[in-house]
Amino acid sequence: MELICTLIVFLPLVGSIGAGLFDVTRKTAHRLTIVSVGTSFFLSAYIFKLVALDGILPFSNNSSNVLTLYQWMTLGKINLEIGFLVDALTAMMMVTVTFVSWMVHIYTIGYMKDDEHNWLNNSLAGKYSYQRFFSYISLFTFSMLMLVMSNNFLQLFFGWEAVGLVSYLLIGFWLQRDTAVYANLKAFLVNRVGDFGFLLGIAAVLMYFNTLDYKEVFLLAPSLENLNIEIFPGSEWSAITVICILLFIGAMGKSAQVPLHVWLPDSMEGPTPISALIHAATMVTAGIFMVARMSPLYELSSTALSFILIIGATTALFMGFLGLVQHDIKRVVAYSTLSQLGYMTVALGASAYTAGVFHLMTHAFFKALLFLGAGSVIIAMHHEQDMRKMGGLRKYLPITYITTLLGSLALIGTPFFSGFFSKDAIIEVVHFADTQGRFGAGFAYIALLLGVFITALYSFRMFFLTFHGKERMDEHTKEHLHEPPFVVTVPLVLLAIPSVFIGGLALETMLYSDFFKSSIYIMQEHQAFHDYHGVVSFVLHGLTQPPFWLALAGVLTAYFLYIQWTELPALIQARFSTIHSILMDKYGFDRFNDWFIAGGARKIGNVFSAIGDMKIIDGFFVNGTANVVGVFSQIFRRMQTGLLYQYAFSMIIGLLVLLVWFVHF
Amino acid sequence: MNIPMSDLYVLLPEIFVLTMACIILIVAVYIPKQLMELNYHLAQVTVIGAAILTLTNLTESSSIVMNNMFIHDPMSILLKAFIYLITFTVFLYSRQYLRARDLYKGEYFVLSLTALLGMQIMVSAAHFLSLYLGLELLSLSLYAMVAMWRDSKQASEAAMKYFVLGALASGMLLYGMSMFYGITGTLELQKISEVIATGKIENTLLAFSLVFIMVGVAFKLGAVPFHMWVPDVYQGAPTAMTLFISAAPKLAAFAMLMRLLVDGLQGLHTDWQGMLMIMAILSMGLGNIVAIAQTNIKRMLAYSTISHIGFLLLGVLTATKEGYSASMFYTIVYALMSMGSFGMILLLSRAGFEAENIDDFKGLNERSPWYAFIMMILMLSMAGVPPMLGFWAKWSVLNQVVASGFVWLAVVAVLFSVIGAFFYLRIIRLMYVDKPEDLTKIVVAADMRIAISINGLGILALGLFPQILFQLCMNVF
Repeated sequence: MELICTLIVFLPLVGSIGAGLFDVTRKTAHRLTIVSVGTSFFLSAYIFKLVALDGILPFSNNSSNVLTLYQWMTLGKINLEIGFLVDALTAMMMVTVTFVSWMVHIYTIGYMKDDEHNWLNNSLAGKYSYQRFFSYISLFTFSMLMLVMSNNFLQLFFGWEAVGLVSYLLIGFWLQRDTAVYANLKAFLVNRVGDFGFLLGIAAVLMYFNTLDYKEVFLLAPSLENLNIEIFPGSEWSAITVICILLFIGAMGKSAQVPLHVWLPDSMEGPTPISALIHAATMVTAGIFMVARMSPLYELSSTALSFILIIGATTALFMGFLGLVQHDIKRVVAYSTLSQLGYMTVALGASAYTAGVFHLMTHAFFKALLFLGAGSVIIAMHHEQDMRKMGGLRKYLPITYITTLLGSLALIGTPFFSGFFSKDAIIEVVHFADTQGRFGAGFAYIALLLGVFITALYSFRMFFLTFHGKERMDEHTKEHLHEPPFVVTVPLVLLAIPSVFIGGLALETMLYSDFFKSSIYIMQEHQAFHDYHGVVSFVLHGLTQPPFWLALAGVLTAYFLYIQWTELPALIQARFSTIHSILMDKYGFDRFNDWFIAGGARKIGNVFSAIGDMKIIDGFFVNGTANVVGVFSQIFRRMQTGLLYQYAFSMIIGLLVLLVWFVHF
Repeated sequence: MNIPMSDLYVLLPEIFVLTMACIILIVAVYIPKQLMELNYHLAQVTVIGAAILTLTNLTESSSIVMNNMFIHDPMSILLKAFIYLITFTVFLYSRQYLRARDLYKGEYFVLSLTALLGMQIMVSAAHFLSLYLGLELLSLSLYAMVAMWRDSKQASEAAMKYFVLGALASGMLLYGMSMFYGITGTLELQKISEVIATGKIENTLLAFSLVFIMVGVAFKLGAVPFHMWVPDVYQGAPTAMTLFISAAPKLAAFAMLMRLLVDGLQGLHTDWQGMLMIMAILSMGLGNIVAIAQTNIKRMLAYSTISHIGFLLLGVLTATKEGYSASMFYTIVYALMSMGSFGMILLLSRAGFEAENIDDFKGLNERSPWYAFIMMILMLSMAGVPPMLGFWAKWSVLNQVVASGFVWLAVVAVLFSVIGAFFYLRIIRLMYVDKPEDLTKIVVAADMRIAISINGLGILALGLFPQILFQLCMNVF
């Protein structure tokens, strides 16, 4: 199985190199990448069956789940290596990532077909944009697999940065648009803040554990539980808490948690397939995955868990509000993603890593579906994304309509749809954590309940505005409205299936069995999932709980506001104009960042540049030393006169110097 | 003087090379001009044959044969193996160049093979006499090779300088050896070592003799201040000869250093440590700084050689086994890189044109991206940029220097390396940023194209898996 795992990771890389670095036709590019990622998916499914379902250890003749593929170097006792850790958690991530990626690859054929229209005439960048796009998404798949399959922090960091890089490249894919370049720069910079914390966290792990290997770190973790360190004189911190919070800051950047969430809505500047793949289904969940993977560390620090809980709950509720006022169809889905990431984070903070990962998986399917559905609408509308110019699309796009409906139902947590199980589990577990007295859980519980209502409201607002009601598009667009080709609709259908069923199917395995026992560690007293009585009783129990009724209320509200009394939203907006403007302003995060952080950094930077860089470093050190070396070079050069007797003389001098220096007469 | 047959068996590679050199000498006189290729093939067969003979006689321990003249140990096997590899590649690289200049004659191969024989003997020397004979055999062949291109005034001048200075250095080395003979009463390195270990001999006397030995070794290596011949000979000699001089003989010179200082004079290591330290610092400093001012790439690489020699002395001066392995690793890596770099110069040269100015590399990327890429690997490796092999060579030496407590020395070495990175990177900049001045098509024979690609990619590949080569060097000591 060593070979299979290696193939799973490296096939997408081969596809990416083949499509990106060689002069291939469009057909070759998409065939090559689709076949390689598809093979990766089937092999992952095979591994999933063996590892997760049959419980076989994959490596060294079924005796280990860790494999060292390549040892880069050894520094003292620290091994820097590339290796795999394949257990149930990894296998689940591998299947999810490769499946969604494969669907997105196929979908892209349709979405990028007319991509030359997005480029200025005759630009060289536009000529190969199709091939480049396939190369990038395959490269992303490779990076993401490296991240999830890693067995050490160094490779985790490699994957972390690599997915960030590809995300940067893809947000700015249409590099001739200023907004795209602005958005990718923003994503890059905000992630830098998170990655700085992440890197410090890894450095702290190295400092206190003296190793970067997961297994060794987890083994040593309990022995460091009571170690306190002094960050500032006089303030004592538990080392584990510091490590956990630093690592979580990395996760906040990557998984877009408040206040590092600002890049995700702007990332919608990229083509829709990558919004689905990277900014909804996989990359943004890397932070969730990472915290789940590090559960043996996080379990030791209730401070860090409370911190996570509060951040997550804030994100889940307040980002949901913003989804209510957006007009761009993709932005609504983007804010919904932010809010759902908040839900997953809350689950982590409540020690229910399994529930977080469960929601991660179901969310990957239905959110990818919603994004691709939105993309399908955008294709049909000729790249119009404003919902105010849509409406009544149901009869033109029947497949998109049905699949989007299924995706929305899953998202808001309709009983028996997959989102219902994962979201209900999270809300239950937060309630449980509250009864256990975890700090922040009470707030989180209320935030999540309110969030359910908001989720249903914005989801169905989008749904009704797009597919129902008056047809508000112009005549020209209306004439050309038709369902996009098969390559677009087939992935929608294939994603709709797991969106509906996967929750019910996986509920027992993932939450109520030993499925994650080998990969996720939860302390005995933090265990929330005990009694399981089958899917039906889980649903029946759910029907008696507030989330179901809140979701129903949300859908009804949306129905009345956007189908029945369509003049009402404008009135509400006028009545509560202050709140509306705060929401439109996105709570002012962007303004604050632009003014204080970006502006301030530029001011300080200018000062440092003028004095520190130009004068001291460039003027004195760089050019100064270069000049001195140059002068010496010219002087010494003269010593090489070309005259034989002088050469011989210098040898004699050398001999005499050595004699005088070392022989003590 | 009774020599058992088993001793001759150990000596088979040397005997084979000698015999073949004689055969080629005769063949070259009698074959018609259209069969000149035969010389080349015979020479390559010789190298391969010697390699087979050496590698079929592997050993873990060391044995001294031929009346204690000749040592057969893992170090000699490893160094010889690389000397064969390099000689083989050098023949291959030089073919086109020599043919274009009417130097593709039997003499070249005979001289190269006698030089090879000299190196083999130096590497396996266990006795002052065999060491000296090997050294002279190598040196005399090299003098003649530099002078071989009689039409070139530069080459003749270089050969003259090389010969006179070489004779001076040989004289000093011989003087040092005779002093040791006078002191210890023996010429065998092992016995000298035993006599010194008794501690009955006055140190002043030993140190005095050691200085003369050191001058001889330093000259051969080209360490400052005994380096003056290096730039002139590298520049003056036909590039194919420079290629030969710059690669394999450095391995032999390293072996000489090890045989003399470690096998023979280990007891004086406190003395030679200091001498090597001075020479190492001076070599690194002068080599790196003066290289910046050069416009001729052969001359620039000559100064780069001097700086690399300084670096390899660092490993030896730690006087530990790990240090020796690191230095050996460094020497082998250096020889491989140097071979590739001069190979690239040969590749760009053609009939009537010597690509010896740095500006000849301008815009190479536009003329041939692949060769520009190979050259970039070589230059990055020379500068010591990870993950190239050159980085690991520098790293392993510095590691040992630090482990021996000379942190300041490591800092000095790194600083000079930073200065040195400038001129390697300048080549890369010229290749990739500037426009080409010379647009002649680069015509390269298939064998050379493959060989130089393997050379360049090998540096990269071994850099990704440095343990392979490093482990070989570790196992020697």
